[in-house]
Amino acid sequence: MTLSCDFLNFTLKSPLVLASGIIGTSPALLTRAARAGAGMVTAKSCGLAPRAGHPNPVAVDWGGGVLNAIGLTNPGADAEVPLLVETRARLSPLGVPLIASIFAGTVAEFAAVTEIICRAKPDLLEVNISCPNVRDDFGTPFAALPETAAAVTDAVKRAATCPITVKLAPNVPDIARIAAAVVAAGADAITAINTMPGMVIDPVSGKPFLSNRTGGISGAALKPIALRCVFDIARAVDVPVIGTGGVCNGRDAVEMLAAGATVVGVGTAIHTRGVDAPAKINAELTQFMAQNNFGSIAALRGRAL
Amino acid sequence: MNTLPQPFTITKIVDENAVTRTFILDGALAAEPGQFVMAWLPGVDEKPFSLAAANPVSLTIAAVGPFSRAIHTLRTGDALWLRGPLGRGFRLPEKMTGELVLVGGGYGVAPLRFLAETARARGFPVRAIVGARTSADLLALDALAALGATVIPATEDGSVGRRGLVTHALADALADGLPALVCACGPTGMLAAVGKLCDAAGVPVQLSWEAHMRCGIGLCGSCERGDGWLTCLDGPVER
Repeated sequence: MTLSCDFLNFTLKSPLVLASGIIGTSPALLTRAARAGAGMVTAKSCGLAPRAGHPNPVAVDWGGGVLNAIGLTNPGADAEVPLLVETRARLSPLGVPLIASIFAGTVAEFAAVTEIICRAKPDLLEVNISCPNVRDDFGTPFAALPETAAAVTDAVKRAATCPITVKLAPNVPDIARIAAAVVAAGADAITAINTMPGMVIDPVSGKPFLSNRTGGISGAALKPIALRCVFDIARAVDVPVIGTGGVCNGRDAVEMLAAGATVVGVGTAIHTRGVDAPAKINAELTQFMAQNNFGSIAALRGRAL
Repeated sequence: MNTLPQPFTITKIVDENAVTRTFILDGALAAEPGQFVMAWLPGVDEKPFSLAAANPVSLTIAAVGPFSRAIHTLRTGDALWLRGPLGRGFRLPEKMTGELVLVGGGYGVAPLRFLAETARARGFPVRAIVGARTSADLLALDALAALGATVIPATEDGSVGRRGLVTHALADALADGLPALVCACGPTGMLAAVGKLCDAAGVPVQLSWEAHMRCGIGLCGSCERGDGWLTCLDGPVER
């Protein structure tokens, strides 16, 4: 029995993928996640210009999950390149591929960021068309419609020198249509899903807790939503899917694979279970496979389809 | 792991020095010394503060920026919201042969007050080295003495106590006889120097670090210090 599995042209030591935005873009932190058992790691999304992000408060665990609006804090694409280069150098001896992640406000800007970030030679490029926390020009419009999602995918694919995975939003009427559109436009894989827009309101003051007022829901509350989205996507397209949303333990990972995920994203579990959450989830996954006679990750895939 | 911000009512405000006040709130938190809370004022900001006491919850806050000045406008009866306790605090051994030496620089004294209270409740002897620029900046001398700690003030201008830095006073203390444990909180340079002195003397040391804190729960990476060390999850106390 092994946790080793294939994803695109990579052979991973574990199906767990550190989700984008979790513990930032620091080479040391991304390496720490890899050492803790992640099979791939995703850097935080990066745009053309530096962004400080939103003022505090930026996150809260309300008991059922986490709501966050960090606000795409990043150093800008040019400054991100050396960080990614260093991260890749540190990850390479561990056999852990690096996924860079990008966002932008226009299709042309997506292409420009892609060109810059590809100088760092990431193994895979995540195209974040779905961050719910940046209003107007960013995110939501692109992931909301098949046409805009496809336009971004096409532009990034033309500019990229590595395979691309497009990160989809859960709050659309028919995620399978979006998935089909981005695959037709050249997406090599799909990451599903980003956080779900939500709010936490303090009843005493009557005010939203986050400075951005709304944020993205992750953690336990997101899992059933993510399972349904991954299920719909896996039935609609043939590309591999990084199933992400609320996976906190081994059983959650098994469910995500059953829904059709090729590999499984882990994010908020870092908060609920610590930086070594991937190691804990790997151990639980191994135990589940042993107890239920599954010899490989591939054998767990798509059982719900 | 629910860490929703909970509103507390301010029951008492104690002036510690010209710019520093301790806000005593109407409740308790199950916290260990050295842990922190994220204090929130709706529509203003949210920032980390070490607990100066957990029962009742007390925060010692210097008015040094827009948010701390906003907190200083609060009066008895007003609400302050806290998310936490968060992070890992100081860890006292079950038994201790020898003294616990606390080293506090400036506002870093706040969590050491909570630690002194906990250590004294267990009967451990406590020596507290409290440093500041001038006598007017010193904090918590009376409170630490009232807890039964031996208090050694140090001021850079020599206006009270030993003239010089807390690290000079710590070097004196280490020369007197080795303590069982040194716990320190204060500016980064001071903590680095304390750590160096203790390592050289072979004395166990725990250091509480400050950082730019955003999510406070291990997700955003803003508070990374050094090589992948998260101040909010791995700290704030390095032990």
